[in-house]
Amino acid sequence: MKSIIKIENLIFEYMGEEDQEPVKAINNISLDIEEGSFTAIIGQNGSGKSTLAKNLNGLLLPSGGAIYVNGWDTKDDEHIWDVRQTAGMVFQNPDNQLVSSIVEDDVAFGPENLGVEPKLIRKRVDEALESVNMGEYKRKAPHLLSGGQKQRIAIAGVVAMRPKCIIFDEPTAMLDPRGRNDIMDIIKELHEEGITVVLITHFMDEAVRAERVIILNKGTVLLDGTPEEVFKEHELIRSVNLDVPMAVELGAKLRSRGIKVPEEVVTIEEMVEFVCQYK
Amino acid sequence: MSIQVRNVSHIYSKGLPDEQLALDNINFDIYDGEVVGIIGHTGSGKSTLLQHLNGLLKPDEGTIIIGDVDITKPGVSMRDIRRRVGLVFQYPEYQLFEETVALDVAFGPKNLGLRQDEVDDRVEEALELVGLDYEEVKDRSPFDLSGGQKRRVAIAGVIAMKPQVLILDEPTAGLDPGAHKEIMQMIREIHRTENNIIIFVSHNMADVAELSDKVMVMDRGKMITVGTPAEVFTRRNRLAAIGLDVPPVTEMMYELKDRGVEVSTNVLNLKDAEEELYRYLRGKKAK
Repeated sequence: MKSIIKIENLIFEYMGEEDQEPVKAINNISLDIEEGSFTAIIGQNGSGKSTLAKNLNGLLLPSGGAIYVNGWDTKDDEHIWDVRQTAGMVFQNPDNQLVSSIVEDDVAFGPENLGVEPKLIRKRVDEALESVNMGEYKRKAPHLLSGGQKQRIAIAGVVAMRPKCIIFDEPTAMLDPRGRNDIMDIIKELHEEGITVVLITHFMDEAVRAERVIILNKGTVLLDGTPEEVFKEHELIRSVNLDVPMAVELGAKLRSRGIKVPEEVVTIEEMVEFVCQYK
Repeated sequence: MSIQVRNVSHIYSKGLPDEQLALDNINFDIYDGEVVGIIGHTGSGKSTLLQHLNGLLKPDEGTIIIGDVDITKPGVSMRDIRRRVGLVFQYPEYQLFEETVALDVAFGPKNLGLRQDEVDDRVEEALELVGLDYEEVKDRSPFDLSGGQKRRVAIAGVIAMKPQVLILDEPTAGLDPGAHKEIMQMIREIHRTENNIIIFVSHNMADVAELSDKVMVMDRGKMITVGTPAEVFTRRNRLAAIGLDVPPVTEMMYELKDRGVEVSTNVLNLKDAEEELYRYLRGKKAK
């Protein structure tokens, strides 16, 4: 499988106060993100996950090592717009991402800046809004929408630029449960349409929906694998102050009391299936 | 100390084309020392209700009696109400403004007209109560703290006024799991120490089930159910009809039941679920 993002020995340092040593937020990470995959990156605050996300499309540039997006080095000034068009980004706070007073203008902002022909822009905006189920809101003012709806507009704005990959940096952190579900459904649909998804989150129950889970701790990769492989290590995960998904915790407790719950049970659906065998 | 809310209605933009009935004939009682969770989805009137309880908004109809004072009467001193009822808004860390943590927390008590030494005592007490080390943080800028710490400083600013009623609007929104746990622990600690009334709004049903003595459910400006967590969360289908969930662990039990597994759905936390599934599976071949 072809990789769309290649991270080689990435180091990222934030400058500390004067006279102080720089702080290493990312300490030698190497990863390949495959084209068309769905990867969740989790870690507590300060683990480096948001710093990593911002490195993936050149919003931050490596202090050491390199990142290649579709083959372009993010440090290469000449291709920075190619990098950003390949890997779009959706942030946590929808209010910080909307620029226009009308929904469809907002979604058109990206493609306009790419120099897309006006006729094509119309088409792209409509398609992007349909893809997040917000077509009927295209002439509304974004500030009158709910948080979840605003976040969908922000996603449409990225989709309209036709990126191959979208990096979601804690996109549901500020939303209510309904908004959170809507966004997770849309992320899943975008992935099914072939877009590479990188989801930064601290909700375990979102991470189990990915194909691959990477857990960061103190700027390094602690675990990397399928959700089943990663959440098997629930004791290690807890030792770095992270939660495990509910089904994993329940499974571990039942196992300790002699009930043979397979370690592959990581989602609620799988737990329900497991129990149903015995009815 | 108790709260009585009687026939309270509130209309936004009264007389204008976008007039909206935000609170529709609300009635409830809250008793001394109770922890009350309010649930309802965005736009159901939760925040509007909270703002009535400390006098930021006045009802168009009805009365709100806090202790022995009807706060809806004209001429009631707002300062007296705010001294009794402290309201912590959503994302309160955005309201920090002072140069140091200690000055920020002191702002409220100072405005109550307390003597400086009393103010200092309260600041220290409040910071310790929210789980921060007074000596370590007092002279730091609030803007240098982590998100969870900032939020605790903001909450300390309200606690330092020693309110008999503490209201928290989505106290854990947007926090990572570590900070989330700390804030939950903090709320329990405040309640244990102050034994005050705590009213909080949350979308996290697991938190609501865990903390609350009483759960109030709002939908489109109406108070549709008031009961214990067990009473409220055993009406899953009724909650679903207004777009609300039961705690994830309760939902799992309902799904099992729907599939014909003979388990109780009267489960509100992981411990209950463990016991119930153990009871069910123990006799089967799964052991």
